[in-house]
Amino acid sequence: MSIELKNITKQFGAVAAVNQVTFSVQEGELMALLGPSGGGKTTVLRMIAGLEVPTSGDILIRGQRVNELSVQQRNIGFVFQNYALFKNMNVFKNIAFGLKIKKWKRRDIKARVAELVSLLGLEGLEKRYAHQLSGGQRQRVAIARALAPKPSVLLLDEPFGAVDAKIRQELREWLVTLHHELSVTTIFVTHDQEEAMEVSNRIVIFSKGDLEQIGTPREVYEQPANEFVARFIGVMNVLDTEVKAGVARVGELQFGTPNQPDGARLRIGFRPYAVQVSTDVNLFPYRAVLHRTYFLGIMLRLEFELASGLVLRSRMTKEEYAQLGLEDGKEVSLQIRNYRILATEEAALPPERQSAYQPPPSIAENI
Amino acid sequence: MAGNVPQVNRQATAKSQRGTEESPLVKWLLVGVCGVFLAVFLLLPLVNVFAQALVKGWQVYWASLHEPDSVSAIKLTLLIAVIVVPLNTLFGVCAAWAIAKFEFRGKSLLITLIDLPFAVSPVVAGLIYIIMFGLQGYFGPWLDKHDIQIIFAVPGIALATIFVTFPFVARELIPVMQATGREQEEAALTLGASGWKTFWHVTLPSVKWGLLYGIILCNARAMGEFGAVSVVSGHVSGVTNTMPLHVEKLYNEYQGPAAFAVASLLALLALVTLGLKSLLEWKQQRDYQRAQVSAAETVAGPKSA
Amino acid sequence: MRSQRYNPLPGFGLTMGCTILYLSVIVLIPIGGLFLRTLELSWADFWRLATADRALAAYKLTFGASLIAALVNAVFGTVVAWVLVRYEFPGKRFFDALVDFPFALPTAVAGLTLSNLFAANGWLGQWLVPLGIKGSFTPLGVVIALTFIGLPFVVRTLQPVLEGFEREVEEAAATLGAGRLRTFFSIVAPTLLPAIITGFALAFARAIGEYGSVIFIAGNKPYESEIAPLLIVIRLEEYDYTGAIALAVVLLVVSFCLLITINLLERWASRFQN
Repeated sequence: MSIELKNITKQFGAVAAVNQVTFSVQEGELMALLGPSGGGKTTVLRMIAGLEVPTSGDILIRGQRVNELSVQQRNIGFVFQNYALFKNMNVFKNIAFGLKIKKWKRRDIKARVAELVSLLGLEGLEKRYAHQLSGGQRQRVAIARALAPKPSVLLLDEPFGAVDAKIRQELREWLVTLHHELSVTTIFVTHDQEEAMEVSNRIVIFSKGDLEQIGTPREVYEQPANEFVARFIGVMNVLDTEVKAGVARVGELQFGTPNQPDGARLRIGFRPYAVQVSTDVNLFPYRAVLHRTYFLGIMLRLEFELASGLVLRSRMTKEEYAQLGLEDGKEVSLQIRNYRILATEEAALPPERQSAYQPPPSIAENI
Repeated sequence: MAGNVPQVNRQATAKSQRGTEESPLVKWLLVGVCGVFLAVFLLLPLVNVFAQALVKGWQVYWASLHEPDSVSAIKLTLLIAVIVVPLNTLFGVCAAWAIAKFEFRGKSLLITLIDLPFAVSPVVAGLIYIIMFGLQGYFGPWLDKHDIQIIFAVPGIALATIFVTFPFVARELIPVMQATGREQEEAALTLGASGWKTFWHVTLPSVKWGLLYGIILCNARAMGEFGAVSVVSGHVSGVTNTMPLHVEKLYNEYQGPAAFAVASLLALLALVTLGLKSLLEWKQQRDYQRAQVSAAETVAGPKSA
Repeated sequence: MRSQRYNPLPGFGLTMGCTILYLSVIVLIPIGGLFLRTLELSWADFWRLATADRALAAYKLTFGASLIAALVNAVFGTVVAWVLVRYEFPGKRFFDALVDFPFALPTAVAGLTLSNLFAANGWLGQWLVPLGIKGSFTPLGVVIALTFIGLPFVVRTLQPVLEGFEREVEEAAATLGAGRLRTFFSIVAPTLLPAIITGFALAFARAIGEYGSVIFIAGNKPYESEIAPLLIVIRLEEYDYTGAIALAVVLLVVSFCLLITINLLERWASRFQN
């Protein structure tokens, strides 16, 4: 057990930025803290580092309670969102800083910096200053600096937030490789679910200071613990329904829901992939018209309008689209293979006006 | 290169026809008004100082500067600067650290209080120390009994000068320190650096131009202060006269050229101050632009520098 | 003093302690001492000292001249700031640096050279005095000196605001058919006004306390060209401490009020920027 958080709460004034959070990180794991901004994930990271102190609860690193240890004593490596490179020092001095503080011998410092420079592909940049580096280079310097004193855990705050989309993709792959080589316990914060899914072994999802779910990327995608997770990870169709005779209905759609009393209101969700499409209008139970097609590269997003006016979203590859011979305005039949009850209690249903969930723009479209 | 010239001209004409430009007439009228105003109020007084100082030639000029009272005034002025500037620098750094890097209640009140000496008349600044340490003041009798002289002596002059130059360093440093944020310091802490090491290796280098700027302004005012010093100095020629006070004394004795000779040294100090100030502003701006450029490139991709 | 937000940086207690201690010893306790002395006076005595005829004449000159000087600076300072920000012309950088000259030049030197310039045989005086414009040793001299020392305030307050002013706003007005003058008065001027007023208030506050430059040029005749700070010095030289204190308290209170006004003005001005 590399890092354990037990009932961590952090109050800022009357607001709980982090509320009763408990989770643990295994030795060598690559873990993502995921959530919308203001979810408390950065606060958790800073508490592990010792840059914030929890209001209550314990933090353990390798079994040792570190609440009382200052940030200097915790032996962590921290990569800041904007990298926080020392502007007055060149790359070499930035990386060497932590080693100098630990009073390493000059020769050892040189060797260690050289090692990191080659590990991170920074050869030839040792004499440069932060303003002479590209975003990606700066990030690698920040990671090299954090790794230099051989920390027991590497913490990264939105490591890909400050670089553009293209470099971001390279950096993700590169971080996975790096982690594989070093196998140092790594925790990173991100608001991008796609990034979390792609990079990490496990994901911790936060919302408004609460821990919503911990699991592997596959677990949180396929078995979301609640509505928030379901909607935050990936795109989802969300419908408010009412139960009649064991079947939840909205418009012509029907979802079998045994064990639910008549009159219960349910919120049902399903992924775009769950919508099965056929051009044979009699194959599947629901008749619909292809309302609009969005081309997103290799994947297409389709919007189908049912006879009742409900709009459902679906996804398919170009090949499938071509095979089916679809085009806007075409009549099709649909079925829904897989769905989840997202919320049951009437009180737990916040107003949901739209028939299909509109994902916020920050959520990547190409899942 | 020659081929570029007409292009530039075309651009210039195109620009002057834009809807948000004044007509050339208005523009040059405004430039003219500005030029005349600045020439009469700034340039002419400056040139006049040196012209009047040299009106009787270099020899008289040198003689006036080598006169014992002048020499002692110069020495005293330098001594005051040597006492005052380091103290206010130390204070400025302390205040800036506390204000820029921490959140606490009453911060804006504290900033206002630090600015207070700018709002107080220099004469009043001198007066308050007379009330504290003068013979009729709160501590006067006690000081007199122990034979310690503050008013009409160097300590009084130093105190009054500290008061009027009090805000300079802090004022310049606070915004610069706030702008650099806390991340670099936090990064140093996560690497195991102590507070002192963090300050010395990370904070100080990143605010050095701002600090220097404050020190230069503080020094200029410390050497040039007149009102506050005039009240507490006692005007003992050769003992408690600083350069500005010596200028006044010479002027009152109708020694025009001599007064201007000493004044020319102070004007020179002002010019050096202005020069350094411009240089530092340029450096700060360059650093800022570099930071802006690099921030933009973080998004835009690598750069071959 | 410390809020709940944890800050891992050390040294708050030490630096804050030093700051408060130094501030108290140098500024707060001495100013407090001055006010404490005033309490030893009866109200009637204070009033008599603070509103003696000679004092009233001195206030009138100090505040009147400061007001005129600050107004002159508000007008010309706006022109100077506009020209320095908007136009390119030879010597621009030099003039820009020169604007700070009154900040850097010791006031005694400023007074000395201005008084010489406007004297009957001075570079400007030889032309102006025959026209009946006597700059030296008159109340006009006070205005001249105070204009000089207050010159940078309006320019330096206005410059960053003008630089940050979006040209698009003016362009928008132009696309809507507004002429240049119309655009200036209905779009530009209202945005600049808070900064101009702030600069004006700063120049005014500085002028009220000014001593060094004025006494060289004013002539210092009681009831005519004697400013309030000078009257304090005269009272001190007469060992009339209570008289000096009464005048000083009046000046201090005015300064404090101005300081508060300026703080409010700056807050108001910053509302127009992001």
